[in-house]
Amino acid sequence: MREENARAYWAANLKLIFTYLIIWFVVSYGCGILFVDALNNIQFFGFKLGFWFAQQGSIYVFLVLIWMYAFTMNKLDRKFDVHEE
Amino acid sequence: MDVQLLTYLFVGGSFALYIGIAIWSRASSTKDFYVAGGGVSPIANGAATAADWMSAASFISMAGIIAFSGYDASVYLMGWTGGYVLLAMLLAPYLRKFGKFTVPDFIGDRYYSNVARTVAVICVIFISFTYVAGQMRGVGIVFARFLEVDVNMGVVIGMAIVFFYAVLGGMKGITYTQVAQYCVLIFAFLVPAVFLSILMTGHVLPQTGFGATVLDAAGNDTGVYLLERLDGIVQDLGFGAYTEGQKSTIDVFFIAAALMCGTAGLPHVIVRFFTVPTVRDARISAGWALLFIALLYTTAPAVGAFARTNLIETVHQTEYEELPGWFYNWENSGLIGWVDKNDDGRVQMSAGAAFKGTPTFAGDRDEVTGSHGQRVVTNEVTDNDAEVYVDRDIIVLANPEIGNLPAWVIALVAAGGVAAALSTAAGLLLVISSAVSHDLLKKTLKPDISEKQELLAARLAAVVAILIAGYFGINPPGFVAQVVAFAFGLAAASFFPVILMGIFYKRMNKEGAIAGMAVGLAFTFSYIVYFKFVSPELNSAENWLFGVSPEGIGTVGMVLNFIVAFAVSRVTAPPPEHIQHIVEDIRVPRGAGGASAH
Repeated sequence: MREENARAYWAANLKLIFTYLIIWFVVSYGCGILFVDALNNIQFFGFKLGFWFAQQGSIYVFLVLIWMYAFTMNKLDRKFDVHEE
Repeated sequence: MDVQLLTYLFVGGSFALYIGIAIWSRASSTKDFYVAGGGVSPIANGAATAADWMSAASFISMAGIIAFSGYDASVYLMGWTGGYVLLAMLLAPYLRKFGKFTVPDFIGDRYYSNVARTVAVICVIFISFTYVAGQMRGVGIVFARFLEVDVNMGVVIGMAIVFFYAVLGGMKGITYTQVAQYCVLIFAFLVPAVFLSILMTGHVLPQTGFGATVLDAAGNDTGVYLLERLDGIVQDLGFGAYTEGQKSTIDVFFIAAALMCGTAGLPHVIVRFFTVPTVRDARISAGWALLFIALLYTTAPAVGAFARTNLIETVHQTEYEELPGWFYNWENSGLIGWVDKNDDGRVQMSAGAAFKGTPTFAGDRDEVTGSHGQRVVTNEVTDNDAEVYVDRDIIVLANPEIGNLPAWVIALVAAGGVAAALSTAAGLLLVISSAVSHDLLKKTLKPDISEKQELLAARLAAVVAILIAGYFGINPPGFVAQVVAFAFGLAAASFFPVILMGIFYKRMNKEGAIAGMAVGLAFTFSYIVYFKFVSPELNSAENWLFGVSPEGIGTVGMVLNFIVAFAVSRVTAPPPEHIQHIVEDIRVPRGAGGASAH
């Protein structure tokens, strides 16, 4: 039972990491590098959108991802009863 | 008060603060020395990580690099921040749960092998020394520019300060001085940026300012977006558009990946997460670290765009005698050089270098001057229209003068530059000393030494490391700038894959890890050495493997590491039972005690 619980906790963690890393990849490598020319045709305030993602947007998304991961994992820790005292 | 006196006050005051903190937080055990006793709060650790991470290069050079290469510099912005996402999700929490002192500790234990540990120690020392030489030089340069002391004297003063708090306080002393240094450096970076943003666009936040419309000299809105105007100006001068890249997409992709994975694999960054009390704190601490880093990293591109616009509009086609004072000051320091190619007395900017190399002068201004009073440059002149050399480091250092800001801002920038260089140097020196005293001496060569002896060895190793770093600061090897690619490439090709597989792939054994590290390292090392030192004349896109430059090759080395490690581990015996239990254990947070040696 204990082992099964640990396995389920790990699977949930992996799923979370996988989801967040897809977003991480899309905003930096996707919007900032691979599709930057296409996105540059879109105006975002005074920025070309691709350029904005490369120099500003991706960093903001990184920040949100790390904080969301920390909060979600704290919840998961409790749900699977593996949290620290 | 004049700038000189204010600068002495600010820099001297910040030094007094660092020394005070060092005395207050002396280390009394190896645990204090290596991981600050394991009791650092996540916010303090976040600030310390940010200061540790942001070096003289981030503070002084990065905005300048962005100003001169526009979109292409985005790779540094994304690469050096995106790595924290990897660190927060893939490495830091599990390494904290593992609860040892150093990165080679993890590699040696997880792969039950002193060979793996020793390879890791060599990598740690090599990567850290590569980095620290540049920091010591940075301290010297800031001293030379702002305090008018000799560069070498500046290096010696810097060494003395680091010596005091790193040797006395170890990680504990370093952590709390880094928190103070973060405050000094971020304040020093943001104040001129905010002034500049208000001046040029009326926006308080530089982050929105550089996407806003430009104000004219009278403060009226011109209705033209700053970046649009900048694109127009640079294209008129024959440069590529500021907001578009010149590098190939594949190269940018690989460089970004090498910087991200390299960041996540840098030992002096990883070790900071051993100092917080719990796994939970390690996760949130990465969030704080990136928040503190992002304050500078989202401001730098704005500073770059403001400064480039300002620079061209002030200097281009202006008569030499009419230029503002900072132009002459930096010409005196040798960071600006002008040759009047068309002999019209005006300064012309254009794509291409004005002359070959960095400027050398016929003599000081009071000895030899040209027909307009300029210093005479003796370099070989190129045959394009460009007439002026502007060193990119000027962008941050001269911002307060360019924006006509008060003298105390200039003094603040000097203190900030010194703080950025010192904090990074100290973090690196500690990693070197603990690799020697803990991983090499205690864990490999002489396991029976007492804790007191180990602590003494750690302090001695720190002393030796400071002396070597100082030597490199005073006699910089010509290749310092060249080898930065090394630090990230090697970290990406060695540490990142083996640590990652050590946590996420239970079946990974010592044969796989050692083979993977060896192949990744050997490949990356020889590729960089070949293009940077053996045949630098071949260092261009048509000769590169898949079009990947030496800066991005660490990514290929990393992929090779993964493939080789996986293949070898499939055909060799699985790791022993107790190692598999360790892996299961580090995956769950509960039970993380303080970091310990046993």
